[in-house]
Amino acid sequence: MLIILVLLVLIVVVAAWLIGLYNGLVGLRNAVKNAWAQIDVQLKRRHDLIPNLVETAKGYVKHERETLENITNARSRAMGADSVGEKAKAESALSGAISKFMLVVENYPDLKANQNFLALQEELTSTENKIAFSRQAYNDQVMLYNNKIQMFPSNIVAGMFNFQPSEFFEIENEAERQTPKVDFS
Amino acid sequence: MWELISQNKRRSFMLFVVMGAILLTLGYLIGAAYLPPDGGVFGILLAAIVWGIMSAVSYFNGDSVMLKIAGATEITREVHPQLYNVVEEMKIAGSLPRVPKVYIIDSSAPNAFATGRKAENASIAVTSGLLTKMNRDELQGVVAHETGHILNRDILFITFAGVMLGTIVIVSDIFLRGMRFGGSRRFGSSKSKNGGQGAAIMLIVALVFAILAPIMAQLLYFAISRRREYLADATAVRLTRYPEGLASALEKIAASTEDMPRMNKAIAPLFIANPVKAAGARMSNLTSTHPPITERIAILRSIAGGIGYLNYQQAFAKTKGNNAHLLPKSALEEKDVPSPRTASADVTTGDSPIATKRDINDLLRAVNGFLFMTCSCGLKMKIPPDFGKESIKCPRCNQVNKIPTTELVAASAVLEGIGASNRKDAGGEEAVYHRQTKGWESFKCICGRAIQLSPAFAGESIKCSNCGRVTQVR
Repeated sequence: MLIILVLLVLIVVVAAWLIGLYNGLVGLRNAVKNAWAQIDVQLKRRHDLIPNLVETAKGYVKHERETLENITNARSRAMGADSVGEKAKAESALSGAISKFMLVVENYPDLKANQNFLALQEELTSTENKIAFSRQAYNDQVMLYNNKIQMFPSNIVAGMFNFQPSEFFEIENEAERQTPKVDFS
Repeated sequence: MWELISQNKRRSFMLFVVMGAILLTLGYLIGAAYLPPDGGVFGILLAAIVWGIMSAVSYFNGDSVMLKIAGATEITREVHPQLYNVVEEMKIAGSLPRVPKVYIIDSSAPNAFATGRKAENASIAVTSGLLTKMNRDELQGVVAHETGHILNRDILFITFAGVMLGTIVIVSDIFLRGMRFGGSRRFGSSKSKNGGQGAAIMLIVALVFAILAPIMAQLLYFAISRRREYLADATAVRLTRYPEGLASALEKIAASTEDMPRMNKAIAPLFIANPVKAAGARMSNLTSTHPPITERIAILRSIAGGIGYLNYQQAFAKTKGNNAHLLPKSALEEKDVPSPRTASADVTTGDSPIATKRDINDLLRAVNGFLFMTCSCGLKMKIPPDFGKESIKCPRCNQVNKIPTTELVAASAVLEGIGASNRKDAGGEEAVYHRQTKGWESFKCICGRAIQLSPAFAGESIKCSNCGRVTQVR
């Protein structure tokens, strides 16, 4: 009788412990998802700003058609990307294209004096910053989650319920420097 | 980040214990001196009650009182998009639960402060002088420093410690004033020779303590508040990933000679730099609320290798020239510290600084309720809020201009569907205002309340803050 009772208590304790681990993992996974959503909000905002930017700048920078096309193309590629890694790559290419354009702008004082453009430039700069800051927050969250999945004892629960590690949102320096090559035919 | 908060909590607690002891001792001594046999208990009670009331008031109304003293006005995003954006960026970087409210203070001295007892209801206020002098990265540095105060729970500490200090100052002040006018008479009238002698000793002890207590409390308070400035700097570096932004902002703040005369020392620790500079410069390091600005800049500039707390600690120790210890060990064991970013493309208006100054002045006028009108001859008129008349004569062409109001237009069929809900509360009509210029503009809502349109306004409708009616802007 006593043995059964002890066994029962033991089972209950272990079950409670496992449930705790499982809930902890779910909480972390949701935090990762939430952090990702925060980046997504900013990325979407940038996608929304770009057509306006191109439209405003078009009239002023007649000789920079290529730079503008680069931005537009990088944008549509980023919007089509699926996986986290792919997306990171496409978005950093877009960052590169935008910052290249911002350098070019220095040669066009008329454009720089346009109030509309200045407002857009401020919004873009801020959105770039927000992307960087929310990416940092996302990566912190992913590290917490992945550590939990891989470390004992929570790795047992993670394996049982098939918790997959999340990808970091990494900026490859190369991708950031390179602007995508586009054919004009 | 959590280690910083818990360390701060411990220190705050210690400070409260010591300051509370000073306050209660003061109460006891004064009570004992005035009512010889057992007035000490009465004195303690009185001091505790004064302190309790002041604490309660500052806990529930501290931020609004502070904002009122500083003469700060809340702004919306459209009034200054860049400032608002920078605050939002720091909210994301610091994972604050909500975007702090943004306030502007009409003062040419570049300065800023944060207030609010929790991160959930924090406010950040900046002066108009700061907005005219700083570029984007510098503004970000300043806002990050204030966000650091919010994150490190400095505001609650400074509010409560400030109140305690204030209570000590007030109690001893009342006592000393009382002494000057009536103390000697009371002392002379005591009948028993023995009691008189005891009371006299008590009186002298109380007198000495009443003079010393505010000084002791201040030294303690300022020592800890100086430390917190360094911590907020370290947090700002961590948040912005760009130490140079804050460094050059501090440099510009140090270079300005303007004061904020309405500020006093009790609330000074909330500011990024001491608002009463002239007084601070003459006093020694011990009684200063802020660390020397040159030292803060030197530390920020010597940060090397990364932007973590460890890097700040190293720079701190190097500049101080010893093993100065600022941060708890656990905060320094941080892996994968991101490296600093490069300067962001500076978004200036491209105009001369005078033009920006005019923009900021217009902004302040709008915030203070001025009306903006453009006469048909092109003259821009700024009408003070207490002008009172419905029309104004243009000083240049003598034409009489009426302050524009909205037009009531029967809702068009085109808006069927989208505008249906708006139309309903307008009773089948909608208010329309036609924009004339791209600058600041004002018009009166149907209820009579003036509505300001900023140059950055890009929406299609605006809601009256008084009656709630939505006006279409075309």
